[in-house]
Amino acid sequence: MRELLLCPPDHYGIEYEINPWMSRARGAETALVQKQWKGLEATLSNLGAKIHLVPPQPRLPDMVFTANAGLTVGKKFIPSNFRHKERAGEAPHFVRWMEEHGYETAWLPENLYFEGEGDALFGGDALFCGYKFRSDIQSHRAVADILGCLVISVELVDPRFYHLDTCFCPLPDGSAFWFPAAFDEYGQRAIRDHVKGLIDVSPEEAAHFSCNAVVLAPDIVLPEGAPKLVAILKERDYRCHELPMSEFLKAGGACKCLTMFMPQREACA
Amino acid sequence: MFSETIELRGHIIDSLILPKVLDQILTRGANFKIGEIRIGKKRADQSFARIEVSAETTEALDDLVLRLRQHGAEVVRRADVQLEKAPANGVFPREFYVTTNQQTFVRLKGREIEVKPAMMDSAIAVDTKKRTAHAAKFFDVRKGDEIVVGHQGVRVVPVQRATSHTDVFQFINASIAADEPKSAVIRELAHELQRARAAGGKIAIVGGPAIVRTGAGEHLVRLIERGYVDRLFAGNAFAVYDAERALFGTSLGVSPERAFGTGGHENHMRAINILRETKGIAAAVEKKILTRGVMHACVRHKVDIVLTGSIRDEGPIPGVTTDVIEAQKIMREKLANITHVFLLGTVQHSLAVAAMLAPTVKTVCVDIDPTAVERAIEHQPLQSIGLVTDVEPFLRELAEALAGDDRTGESRRRR
Repeated sequence: MRELLLCPPDHYGIEYEINPWMSRARGAETALVQKQWKGLEATLSNLGAKIHLVPPQPRLPDMVFTANAGLTVGKKFIPSNFRHKERAGEAPHFVRWMEEHGYETAWLPENLYFEGEGDALFGGDALFCGYKFRSDIQSHRAVADILGCLVISVELVDPRFYHLDTCFCPLPDGSAFWFPAAFDEYGQRAIRDHVKGLIDVSPEEAAHFSCNAVVLAPDIVLPEGAPKLVAILKERDYRCHELPMSEFLKAGGACKCLTMFMPQREACA
Repeated sequence: MFSETIELRGHIIDSLILPKVLDQILTRGANFKIGEIRIGKKRADQSFARIEVSAETTEALDDLVLRLRQHGAEVVRRADVQLEKAPANGVFPREFYVTTNQQTFVRLKGREIEVKPAMMDSAIAVDTKKRTAHAAKFFDVRKGDEIVVGHQGVRVVPVQRATSHTDVFQFINASIAADEPKSAVIRELAHELQRARAAGGKIAIVGGPAIVRTGAGEHLVRLIERGYVDRLFAGNAFAVYDAERALFGTSLGVSPERAFGTGGHENHMRAINILRETKGIAAAVEKKILTRGVMHACVRHKVDIVLTGSIRDEGPIPGVTTDVIEAQKIMREKLANITHVFLLGTVQHSLAVAAMLAPTVKTVCVDIDPTAVERAIEHQPLQSIGLVTDVEPFLRELAEALAGDDRTGESRRRR
């Protein structure tokens, strides 16, 4: 059974602007926020995942995006070093919770930015890591040292897709769906070299954060608004669950951003 | 070129970070040299590359390195030069760094500065306040000057071989022995001189008395008249032989037109006396005493004449610098903007000039003695041609080739 970490959106809101999606002028509607998040929690739970909840903290509105808590492999938890001071306060809460639940913390050097599962996703036998907007490429090397796995570092070039999990979603058969234009030419080539059967997501559907999906094969939970992608995934025998995510999109997040796998992998190889 | 060394670690091959970094270096007009590369053997093994990045300016280099750091490049901090004060006027610290004639950089407070001018067999004096460095000769140094000691923080950039196949210097780049054909090379040299003149290059002749004595003076005059000589470096003897020939038709008593000598050393001494009396070459030309010859052509065509003395000189004639230190300084100054040098039939003078040349100066040495040719061009490994031959046929062929080419050029222009 897959275990997932979520954080109730009790303190969620658009209180600052650290990505192109955020605008304090366009706040989230509290009732809708609760409804959409509960919809996600229920869907994941109904699909058989065990849900853990980390207590939300006041003045840390983005703590709801638990994908950025860190990266978990086996019982090892690599906490994030957030680039923006607005989110840096989340880290100790996540670390404390993970340690209380039996995870061993593997720290990265303080001077290297790394935003957890948001920028680090396993695909096949490699860990794909995004860099530039939030994580530093130097952190990838440190993660590779801790985990002893192959890390494919890819540069993100479109500020709308500032985390890897906003434009790249690996599937358990070794393929993935992705939005190629979010990567530089070398990143695109590196992904094509290492991932077979890639599904390209159109710019319109990518803008609905369609790649920000939680894969609990054969089920895929993704934001609504990607009929073409859903059709292709159905052809490949995946069951898609399309959820309204409008209130989280206002902060530049959706299904995957709201979820961290515990662990993402049991082991690297 | 200014340079920094960067290191890349991680899965730089699978992530295509190494090709990306190398491509970025090239697309930004900079260059790289891979110093070390270790590729991981197993899938999870990380790789490593150490790369020297060089760019035309420090600003371009800083900008580039900043960009490369985004892709994980780490700059290898290199040590600064070590400096020691000169213990006395004209004396370097014991461990002073001895320069080559190659482009040289020293690292001062983490930044490279170019040694200007670069000069062989010198020390490097550094002005830490102005952040400048220059090659200093013994007579340049004053007590307390900061001089580079040891090799730390010094970087030498050898001249690169050009990729063009049209450059006769790069293509031949060796000595042509006495029994090898030379006409084709001389024709190529004529083309090179035309290109140099058109491109605003500066051509210097370093001439020995053999030019005048073999009767090649008139060929050199043709070169001067056609504007292929900007500066003439010679000794007292060259000027005196040339004057003797202009005044009496002989050089050291021998006439190139006659098989037997007529005047012995007498004409030679009289020529010196006349030049001393008229107070030098320019005045003798002015007074129409000197009406032909190489010196006359130089004055008429405003070719800079740099005359330096030697122990064996008779006279010397006015205008010859006899203080050797002063002569070195003048020669260095007069060679500073020269792009092409012809070392013709003079061993000592050629060696003195060759030691002062920047490695980029294109150098032709013509001498009957193969050893003299080898020694004169050994410091210009990629920019020199040596011809083992008498200077007279060389200058005759060169003058004819230039005259022929100029005529074709003119008729082409008329059409």
